[in-house]
Order: sequence, then C-alpha cells, then structure tokens
Amino acid sequence: MKQFLIFVKKECLHIWRDRRTLVILIGMPIVQIILYGFALTNEVKNSRIAVFDQSKDDATRLITDRIAASRYFNLEKNLNSYKQIGESFREGIVRMVVVFPINFQDDLLHTNHAQIQLIADASDPNTANTLANYASAIVNDYQNALNNDQKLPYNIDVQLRMLYNPELKGAYNFVPGVMALVLMLICAMMTSISIVKEKEMGTMEVILVSPLKPFRIVLAKTVPYLLVSLLNIISILLLSVYALDVPIKGSIFLLMAESTLFTITSLSLGILISNFSRTQQSAMFTSMMSLFLPTLLFSGFLFPIENMPKALQIISNIVPAKWYYIIVKAVMIKGLGITAIWKETLILMGMTLLLLGISIRNFKIRLA
Amino acid sequence: MRMLKFLLQKELQQILRDPSIIRILFIMPMIQLLILPLAADYEIKNINLGVIDHDHSQYSRNLINKIISSGYFRLKDYSATFPQAIKSIELDKADLILEIPGHFDRDLIQENNNTLFVAVNAINGIKAGLGSAYIQAIINDYNQDIRTQWIQFPRFNPQPMIEVVTNNWYNPNMNYRVFMVPGILVMLVTMIGSSFAANNIVREKEMGTIEQINVSPIKKYQFILGKLIPFLVLAMTVLTVGLIIARVVYGIVPLGSYSTIYFFATIYLIAILGFGLLLSTYAQTQQQSMLVSFFITMIFNLLSGLYTPIESMPEWAQIITRFNPVSYFIEVMRMVMLKGSGIADIRPHIIAMLGFAVFFNSWAILNYRKRSV
Amino acid sequence: MQTDKVISVSNLTKKFGDFTAVDNISFDCVKGEIFGFLGANGAGKTTAMRMLCGLSLPTSGEASVAGFDVYKESELIKKKIGYMSQKFSLYEDLTVWENIRFYAGIYGLSDSNIREKSRQLLTELHLEGQENALVRSLPLGWKQKLAFSVAIVHNPAIVFLDEPTGGVDPITRREFWGLIYEASARDITVFVTTHYMDEAEYCNRVSIMVDGKIEALDTPANLKQHYNADSMDEVFLHLARTATRSQD
Repeated sequence: MKQFLIFVKKECLHIWRDRRTLVILIGMPIVQIILYGFALTNEVKNSRIAVFDQSKDDATRLITDRIAASRYFNLEKNLNSYKQIGESFREGIVRMVVVFPINFQDDLLHTNHAQIQLIADASDPNTANTLANYASAIVNDYQNALNNDQKLPYNIDVQLRMLYNPELKGAYNFVPGVMALVLMLICAMMTSISIVKEKEMGTMEVILVSPLKPFRIVLAKTVPYLLVSLLNIISILLLSVYALDVPIKGSIFLLMAESTLFTITSLSLGILISNFSRTQQSAMFTSMMSLFLPTLLFSGFLFPIENMPKALQIISNIVPAKWYYIIVKAVMIKGLGITAIWKETLILMGMTLLLLGISIRNFKIRLA
Repeated sequence: MRMLKFLLQKELQQILRDPSIIRILFIMPMIQLLILPLAADYEIKNINLGVIDHDHSQYSRNLINKIISSGYFRLKDYSATFPQAIKSIELDKADLILEIPGHFDRDLIQENNNTLFVAVNAINGIKAGLGSAYIQAIINDYNQDIRTQWIQFPRFNPQPMIEVVTNNWYNPNMNYRVFMVPGILVMLVTMIGSSFAANNIVREKEMGTIEQINVSPIKKYQFILGKLIPFLVLAMTVLTVGLIIARVVYGIVPLGSYSTIYFFATIYLIAILGFGLLLSTYAQTQQQSMLVSFFITMIFNLLSGLYTPIESMPEWAQIITRFNPVSYFIEVMRMVMLKGSGIADIRPHIIAMLGFAVFFNSWAILNYRKRSV
Repeated sequence: MQTDKVISVSNLTKKFGDFTAVDNISFDCVKGEIFGFLGANGAGKTTAMRMLCGLSLPTSGEASVAGFDVYKESELIKKKIGYMSQKFSLYEDLTVWENIRFYAGIYGLSDSNIREKSRQLLTELHLEGQENALVRSLPLGWKQKLAFSVAIVHNPAIVFLDEPTGGVDPITRREFWGLIYEASARDITVFVTTHYMDEAEYCNRVSIMVDGKIEALDTPANLKQHYNADSMDEVFLHLARTATRSQD
C-alpha cells in the first residue's frame, strides 16, 4: 500500500509539473460550461427580418410595427420588389421576409379575409419554424385586437405548464451533457495518453521490473486523473448552481457517487485504449474517434436519440455516457432518488466491471 | 522557388509514407459524414405524448387522432391520473402530457369555453418550446373544425380573419440534414487541417531534424510555405471527398457554384493551417500541441453557429464569433450550397478571411525562429 | 595566412540568465583544418558551435565564419556550412535517395548535379542498391556516415560535427574518420566536437574547454608534450579535474 501511494505521488507530480496541460485540464470544463451555459442557446431573439409591403396601408404598418417591436425580431430593411427577397437571403442578412399583398387592408375590411405570406430561410429548419410561429402569434394578436378581443364561440383554451425548466433555458440540458463529456475526455483520453507515453519513452519497462504488481501501477496512474475529474465535477456543479442558476434538486451525495462510478468507467476505457496503442498520437486519435465523438453524438444531450435510425439507436446503448446523462438529469434536474435510476446505475456498473476485466486480462497478456 | 520544390517533395513523401495519416484523412471523414448527419438530426419530431383522457368521447378521440396524424407526436402512454402521467415524464417515457377533462363536449357547448391541460418536460428547452407550439397549433385547428361543424358560417367571415401562409425557401422539406451536412464538412476539414498542421513542426522538433533545416539557407517563409501547401492539398482532397458524399449520399447539390466553394475554402484553409503552424511553433511536445489545438478548435466549433444560431448568442459571444474563422466558413458554405450565393454576396467574408490568413501566417513566420536568443 | 582563416572568433560569450555557458573564447581555424573541440558534458562545446552555425545568438564578442559576421550575416554563413547535430539529422521516414535529393536540393544544386553527386556518394559509402531503402532500416553506423556525406553534399567551406560518432562501434568510427580526412583533403574545414580522446589524436589541432573557457589549444603532440602526458586522455583528465561545473 505504501509503494502504491509513492506511485500515486509520482503521477501527481508529473501532472503538477506540466502546468500548461494542467491549466487546460482544469480550464476546459469551466470554458465549456460558460460557453454552453451562456453562449449556446437556440432561443430566438433579435432575428433580422425584412418586410415587403405591397399595400402600404394603415393595417400593414400596424402589423409591421408590432412585429418590429417584439424582442424576437429586428426589422432590417424594407424591400421594394419580389426579386430583392432572394437577394437578401443570398447575402445572408435576413432570416425571414414578411410579404403583404396588394390591397391588404381593403380585403380585410371588405371581405373580412386577407393573407400574409411569411417567407422563411428554411436552410435552418428549426429557426425557420420558430420564427414563423412567433410571427403568426403576433398577427393573431393583432387580429384579436381588431375583433376587440371578442371571444369566438366554442373556444378551447390550452393551459400550458413547463415542468423543471419554465424559462426553457438551454443550460438544463447542457450541464449534464458537459459533465459526461468532460469526464470522458479527461479520464479516458488523458490516462491513455499518459500510459502510452511511458511505453514510448521506455520508462514502462523500468516500472514493470519493480516489485509492484503491474496492474497496481496502472491503477496508480489513474488516481491523479480521478482526483482531477472530481475537482472538475465540483467546479462544474458550482458554476451551474451559482452562475447558471441550474439547481441541484436531488441528493448531492447520490450525484457524486454516480459521477465517481462514471469516472471509473472512463478510466477503465482509457486503460483499455492504452493497451492497444503504441504512440501518443494514435492513443489521442483512438480516444477522439471511439470516445469523444460517440459521447457527443450518442449521449443524447446534443442530438435527440429518438430521431436517429434504428441501428444508431441500438449502438447508443453501448455508450456509457448515455446512461450517465440519464442519471444526472434524473438526480440533478428532476430531483429523483436511486429508485428511479437503479436500472441505469446497474448498467453502468456492469460496463465498468466488464471494461476493467478486459483491460486487466489484456495487461497480463502483454506482460507474458 | 527551387528550394520550395524540394521542401514540398519531401513533405508529400513523408505524408504518403505514413499509413495512419491516410487512414485518418480518408476513413475518418467518411465515417463522420456518413454517421454524423444521420445522428445530428435536430428536427423536432417523434415527441412522446402521454394522454390522460377523462372524457373518452368521440371528440377526445378525434383530437388525439389529429395530434398523432400531424407526424410530430407519438402516442406512448395512457394514464388514468395526473400523478401517474408525471411518473411517465420522470421516467422519460413521455415528453408531453395532454389532459382532456371529463364531459369535454358538454362543457364546451354549455359554457362556450373549455380548457385542455398540457404539461411539458422542459429540460430540453428547444424541444419543449416547439413541441408546445405544435400542439397548440393542432388544438387551434381542431377548435376551428368544431366551429365549422357546429355553426353554419355565413358566406363571408363574420369577423376579420388574417390568414398566415408560410413558405419555406431553400429547404422546403425542412430536412435537417441539408442544414447540417455543409457545417459538418467545415468542422471536419478544420479539425483535420489544424491538428495536422499543429503537430507537424513539433514533430520535427522532437525528431531533431529541425536543427538541420535551421542551419541551411532555407528562408523562414519558404519553410512555412513548404509545410502549408501539402496540407492545403490534403485538406482540399478531404473537402472534395466530403462534397462527393454530400452529393451522392445526401443528394445535396450546391445551388451556388463549386468554384465559389473552392475559392473560399482555399483562403480559409490557408488561414486555419497558418493557425495550426503558429501553435506548433510555440509547443514543445506533441502532447501539448495536440491538447491545445483540440481545446481551441473545440471552442471555435462550438462558437461557430454550427449547432446554435449566432444571433441568439449574447453580445460578448457574438463579438468572439467575429474573430472565429470557422463561423465565416460555415456561413459561407450554407449560403453558397443552400441559397446559391455568389462571390459578390460573400465579399465581406472573403475580406475577413484574407485578413485571418495574412495574420496567422505572418505570426507563424515571425514566431518561427531559426536562431534562438 | 590571413586569407586562409575560415573561422575567426574573439571574446565570444553566451549567457543564459546568470549562467555563462561560453566565457570569452577566442580562436581561429584555417582552411582544410580538422579542428577538434573537446570538453566534458556541459563545458559549453555545443553552445559555442551553435553560435557559429547561426542557431544561437551570441551575448557578446565577435566571430566570423567563412568571412561572414555571425550577428548580421548568419543566413549567408548557412550557404557555406554543413552541420550534423547530436540528434540524428536525416528523415527516418524517407529513403536514402530522397534524403540526399532533399538536402542537395535545398542547397541549390542543379538536378544533374544532384544525380551525379548522389551516385558518387552511394558508391563511396558502398550503399549502391540501397538508395530506395528507408533510412530507418539502416544500421546506426551507416546512418551516421550517410548523414555526414549529406552534410557536405553541397561542398561547404566548413562542416560542423556535433559528437558525430556517439554510440557507434570502433570500426565504423575509423571509417567515419576516413570520410573526415577525405573532406579535409578537399579543403573543407572540419570542426568537430567529441569526447572520445582517441579521436582527438586524429585532429590537426585540439582545443579543450573547461567551464565555458578554452583552457588549452594546440596540436595533440604539443599538448602531450606540454602536459608531459602519454595520451590525450591524460591531458584531458589533467585539465578537466579543475572543472567546478557539474558534469551532468
């Protein structure tokens, strides 16, 4: 045990000496949380639009004013011809054009029916949809005001309740995802690189002839990264609570315990990769291709898994980050206890045992 | 000029000799372009619907059918009570719950008004926002159906009605892949270009061959150019492979011209490779350069507008994106490929990118020292 | 005599912060001379050589190499010198022929000249038929000989060799010195650092550095006589004993 601690100390010193890397290890989660939390939102606001008003009457001016006054839209310019619509889309300036036909007000007053055309740049489909929804709602408001807010007969109201995240903040979705991503990145990638580095430098041989059991040595290499990871979890949680206002609804202990479990899963993946890599560069690329990308893709925090083709949905089940993401969401955001996530926890545990088993076996084979 | 020829010859031979480079250069883009767009489908559909139907009438069934047939929702769960339904949200079985009160039609007739209750799992804000907007629109529609059924409207509308018609240009099927593929292509070319460039000079440092170059009469700019051009060729090849995949697999034929894409891509790659080379003039070990380039390209990619629109970002982040070459290229790719923009439309982007190219490369040349102080 | 001087150094000093790596050294080398630069590890040999090659900027003092000033004309110097560093300097992932072509090419040799030179070089080194072998696959001794030949492929006025025979067996070392004599016969000045004392005997003149200073400079015969020693080994031990710097 004493020898083991000496090794752990040596590994900690390695990390501590390489300040540039350490700064990145500690800084990466912080930068990610800040970016995801503040910068990356799908919330639509100040979208630039143009108006092509062929009628230029009181009604069209009123509707235009209402649209321009909303926080969702910035009226960028007025167009004079149909041709200009395509031009302004091609210049990439506006996202949507509101088109009023000729005699808009006349039609509205005399036939009680008039039409507004919304032309959206649907190269980005979600934004296009959202913009069209907002614009329709504004037109709808105007129409109701015109009708003196008189209610239509047989009216069905919808009472809407947004659970967990009433302000629809992006951070609620991103924080658990970033936790999974950062842990995977730091534990797996950094351990695999640091083990392979010893192989490359030839120092592994020296260590292997020492009286310590080989697998203990490898475990000792992982301990400092475990510590760095726990530090990262704490910094992520502090940031999300105090900077992003994302509360921890469930038990902190449960959250930390599950995070430690996932960290161990990632560490065993890192050891596994190091068994198969000869150079640091190949360890790095293997980690990127087989860990980082799948975590980004299949954990479900960036891209909805249910939209994927069946084959990819099945593949997503073998990505540990997916289960960890579900667990963190349940504990942190929904405030649920272990009873709700025991299945996911068991899956993660099983994966960890399996990965550790494979890497221990492979390690022995390599020595023999 | 002659010197450059020999430098290029040597770099190219080194690249072609390393099988792992070829693997990374061609297989990685293939896999990414074939899997990423399938996975990166943000389109909000397949929303899991849970229903608490206290009414069990023809009307409630009609409403549910109407919701399901919209294509956005999947009926996943029937619950008898609200707490039960909440449970299904907790377990992620349902994303959205619709509660229909008992005696739905009777109350609607008697009181002229009735209320449906909708609860949404809003952890994913986008999904919640769009999902609730869809269901409200469907319910509105259903409301209109009931009115036309129950009341005989006069020939003219009794009240002013403004009909809103939405036209979706450039992507009428609202296919998310059309939007993502050009962006993913940019991300790919950027990652490959910058990481290879960042590693290259450091490798010569670690191997010791850089000393031999430093005592030779090679000029600094010749050395940098000798590194830049081969990687430019490689990255262009990756781009070409990507464009072919986009066309053959995803059927994305650029509305604009390929020459516009290649013209801008050349300037962009010179800028991004210059950036990678700059990093490698600073780094001491490959591990360092890999980590730093990975970290910075990650920030570049996140703040590029690939995943979320730039105008939704807060002011400070928008200012950062102006100094982010990736965001310019993503915008240009989407403009040229999806909207058919030409050189004239992207002139501001071209000028900015030329600035980046000159800036990064001059810095790299200045920082590459043949002689230490 | 004046015209024959190809390296001339006076009061050259290099400091790294408080540490004086090279302390006020002065010497001259003449055309075609084999000049041995001896010293313990950390004595400042490599630093001095790097200044002369234009890899490192001197702190003070003067030096000219091939008639050019090391401060202002280092890029002109580089056209006139060859260099072989401690670390192996050829590209391991290129073939023998590709390495020769690359280095000859960047020194501005014409295509026909490159072909002729490399044929000649391969014959000299008995590497005929190996020109398409990867350098990585060659034994270390051959790599070193090839690296030397490549370093003088452009016929420089001076070639700088930084511990060129480290880790090489005695027979190959002897062959390597054969190549050095041939170069010297072609009027190439050879500036070589080493810590093999038997090699010092092969040099025309030898300087011995201790703690950044040149403690002795003469022909091996004169040095042995002066210090009343039987071999250069004894001369060296006598001088190095005074060193205060750690010998890493």
